[in-house]
Amino acid sequence: MVAIVDYGVGNLFSLLSSLAVLGVEAELTSDAARLSAADRIILPGVGAFADAAQKLRTSGLAETVCELAGKGKPLLGICLGMQLLFERSYEYGEHPGLGLLQGSVKPLSDLVGAARKVPHMGWNSLEFRKNSALFRNIQDGDQVYFVHSYYAADCDESVSAVAEYGAKFTAAVERENVFGCQFHPEKSGKTGLAVLRAFCEVQP
Amino acid sequence: MLSKRIIPCLDVRNGRVVKGIKFQGLSDVADPAELAAYYSDCGADELVFYDITASAEGRRLFADVLRKTASHVFIPLTVGGGIHTLDDFDFALKCGADKVSVNSGAIRDPSLIGQAARRYGNQCVVLSVDVKRVNGAFRVFAKGGREDAGLNAISWISRCVADGAGEVVVNSIDTDGVRQGFDLEMLQAVCSAVSVPVVASGGAGCTEDFVKLFQAVPGVDAGLAASVFHFGTVRLTELKAEMKKAGIPARI
Repeated sequence: MVAIVDYGVGNLFSLLSSLAVLGVEAELTSDAARLSAADRIILPGVGAFADAAQKLRTSGLAETVCELAGKGKPLLGICLGMQLLFERSYEYGEHPGLGLLQGSVKPLSDLVGAARKVPHMGWNSLEFRKNSALFRNIQDGDQVYFVHSYYAADCDESVSAVAEYGAKFTAAVERENVFGCQFHPEKSGKTGLAVLRAFCEVQP
Repeated sequence: MLSKRIIPCLDVRNGRVVKGIKFQGLSDVADPAELAAYYSDCGADELVFYDITASAEGRRLFADVLRKTASHVFIPLTVGGGIHTLDDFDFALKCGADKVSVNSGAIRDPSLIGQAARRYGNQCVVLSVDVKRVNGAFRVFAKGGREDAGLNAISWISRCVADGAGEVVVNSIDTDGVRQGFDLEMLQAVCSAVSVPVVASGGAGCTEDFVKLFQAVPGVDAGLAASVFHFGTVRLTELKAEMKKAGIPARI
């Protein structure tokens, strides 16, 4: 069973539909016991970093997720959910993240320059940097759907794929059992479903 | 590199696709869910659903159709038509929309875009605007393009983007239905004024029109059309191949 962390942010319709079409049993939950019972955990997220990080902390979910990830349970952060895995974000101030991965989240406009539109919205190609378990069913160069205004920086050790938008930025990360996608696999057609399927095949 | 997006638009009335569509391999061409899945498989980068039903009964059918479509189509889905309040945004998002497009609703209540952007984020608020030249100036038209809203189009679009619209769909009334190509001059004017993604709509008649659009107005992010896709005049796979040949980044 895949547990999707329910902390009151974002639209989870597509993620639940994607897992359903893959035949994966999924449960939206904020219950520590259910998260603990799951084979793997997905941390979704849309919206502002500070708000999401605070919701995770005050609900106690931050602690639960970190503890389970520390014990080796596969964890996938999607979009803001990926950004939350890092140590801190500079989105409207400085805010602490879960600290499961080394690195900081910074404004995309600082990286790509004023000539590029932000948010970076649309389909872009993945350039693999690691032989990630998430990519076992897709090819280098396959396109996925992004919508974001911030990016993960200073995270060389965990970057598994980058994409190009005026500059190369972090598109996916992996360190042991902790995974993250800046893109939305649940909105990225067959390629995205293949990424989700690969995550669901990662063994704890 | 970010691909230029190609977006088929489906007009839905009482839960059925309105325009007559001729496709082989589709058992029910008027079923929005089946057609959406077909477009998605052929390489559409995104889909737009316009609900052109006014009645409450139509709304309910639309909700069913939207849920069914959204649960089988794994590319971004924008919903528009009859979006006048935050409750309408909520309704569309709960039925599986990723973005909600607002047109007359924003003209009627100019605070709607700001409210929606604060609640759901800029990325899911799309401004759709019908624009027509009047004495050489770009003017906003309301009520499906029938009524001059009394607004300068460039100022209106700039204001809505400042309020939080994360994307703008520009429908040129002057080129819509003529099939002589997109309104390059109008699109250039909009792209020069805003720094969010701009979607071109109105005027596509053939594959070459999309290639010309992206070559002539590099600031445009996407091309939207309905009938050329529905009637098979433009095939998505061929269009993507032509774009690639012309050096335009496309998702194949």
